[in-house]
Amino acid sequence: MATTSTSSTKTLDVESVRRDFPIFETGIAYLDSANTSQRPRQVTGAMQEYFEKYNANILRAAYGISETATERFEGAREKVKRFVNARSAKEIIFTSGTTESINLVAYSWGRANVRAGDLIVCTVMEHHSNLVPWQVLAAEKQARLEFVDVDQQGRLRQDQFQALLEQKPKLVAFNQISNTLGTVNPYREMTAAAGSAGAKVLIDGAQGAPHMGFDVQDAGCDFYAFSSHKMCGPTGVGVLWGRRELLEEMPPFMAGGEMIKVVRLEGTTYADLPHKFEAGTQPIAEVIGLGAAVDYLTGIGFDAIRAHEEQLTEYAYEALTEIEGLRIFGPPLGPDRAGVLSFDVAGIHPHDLSTILDRNGVCVRSGHNCTMPLMTRLDVAAVARASLYLYTTKTEVDRLVQGLKEAKRIFE
Amino acid sequence: MAADEQFYREYILDHYKNPRNFGRIEAADITHEEYNPLCGDMVGMDFRVRDGVIEDVKFHGRGCAISQASASLLTERLKGMTLDEAQQVGKDDVLEELGIDISPARLKCALLSLKVLKVGAYGLAAEEEDEQ
Repeated sequence: MATTSTSSTKTLDVESVRRDFPIFETGIAYLDSANTSQRPRQVTGAMQEYFEKYNANILRAAYGISETATERFEGAREKVKRFVNARSAKEIIFTSGTTESINLVAYSWGRANVRAGDLIVCTVMEHHSNLVPWQVLAAEKQARLEFVDVDQQGRLRQDQFQALLEQKPKLVAFNQISNTLGTVNPYREMTAAAGSAGAKVLIDGAQGAPHMGFDVQDAGCDFYAFSSHKMCGPTGVGVLWGRRELLEEMPPFMAGGEMIKVVRLEGTTYADLPHKFEAGTQPIAEVIGLGAAVDYLTGIGFDAIRAHEEQLTEYAYEALTEIEGLRIFGPPLGPDRAGVLSFDVAGIHPHDLSTILDRNGVCVRSGHNCTMPLMTRLDVAAVARASLYLYTTKTEVDRLVQGLKEAKRIFE
Repeated sequence: MAADEQFYREYILDHYKNPRNFGRIEAADITHEEYNPLCGDMVGMDFRVRDGVIEDVKFHGRGCAISQASASLLTERLKGMTLDEAQQVGKDDVLEELGIDISPARLKCALLSLKVLKVGAYGLAAEEEDEQ
């Protein structure tokens, strides 16, 4: 494993980690992990093993390889259960990703529980996938939707949040880490306050789970959504964790095969959790790959991952700050700042920055990062974003800085 | 010459930094704006038309060097053309005028101003223009 043990804390050996990721042999500087991460051999290998050694559908057939596939598939659910510290594996629903996880809650729980005039609280820093589903639900139910603003440093306005809680919202939805600002939200405090106000809480963990992990019992929330592909797993699969009592009561989201107990023409009884919410043939290889990604990350350890990212974030933040005309959005360095650095450079559009960086083999995101309301709030059309992960090196950050300097030279 | 300098040629940067025909026309005969949904960039154009001839055209908006230089170049080309002639201006003309190798990711930037012309002046549905 790519860690070394010192007295009590594990540190991460980044060169050893990088050897697990064949893509780095291409020589690119990959600074777009908030968009999608790279995948190690351990993950692609687990998927390949399924395809080549025991490829079969799950839960349906009584022959050896199907049983193996089912075992590995449900084994991945157990891994995810431990990863988020759920009470039961029945609370782990596989979806196609964070977007589907949140839509599942909006359509199933939301339609059954939200009434005209009810309040839903969201924030201006949400990714569209944790914002548009609530707009759709609010419009359908004539419910009210209010957004918590951010302050000058890109932190949620807790005073506003508290004021909204006094209006007794039905649901509060916010992210663990902002995919644009890199803000680590005080989710424990926010969840406790929302719970006291009688609201259900959904946390979007798409950016949080890959970098800090998550403990649903410690957080005290009701729903937690995240994606595999941002945490070294494959695309096409994600997770919804929900409190069992809520999931039991919720109607199915999608109907079809696998989510049923008995189907008669007169009516159907639904399968028990978690299969009630997993209609149709599942992305079996992807789920197995996600299980391998969980093993990979927990093997290295989130303390070591976070420590590496903090060190690198500090390095990148300081190097970027030295570039004249460059402005970083989001909180200053500190415990509530993650390795997501969105910035702009005076006089150069983010698209042009990313084109020049691309020509130097540096991959960054440019655009609105699926946070258009936040772009409006920050009064920018777009930003450039460099995001770091466990495999990111100082050399890659240096290449970013060098590319930005070249962009400035061309545009000056 | 470094790869970037071949892409961001001097005349592109010149049109970006010193855009021609930048601004608004009061009481324009045709006004239209289009957004690039990928990045929120915007280009708008105002036309003054007399006897079927584009007497004046100005553009406004915000965006990257490619979208703004492309708009600037297009306004230069359009001024003095008849509307019929302007209708013939196509994707290839715009790309040829830019004279650089545009990657698929940046094509929408390069063609945003052409979309403004087509949709604004000829009422083509935006979707139709996207398909083209």
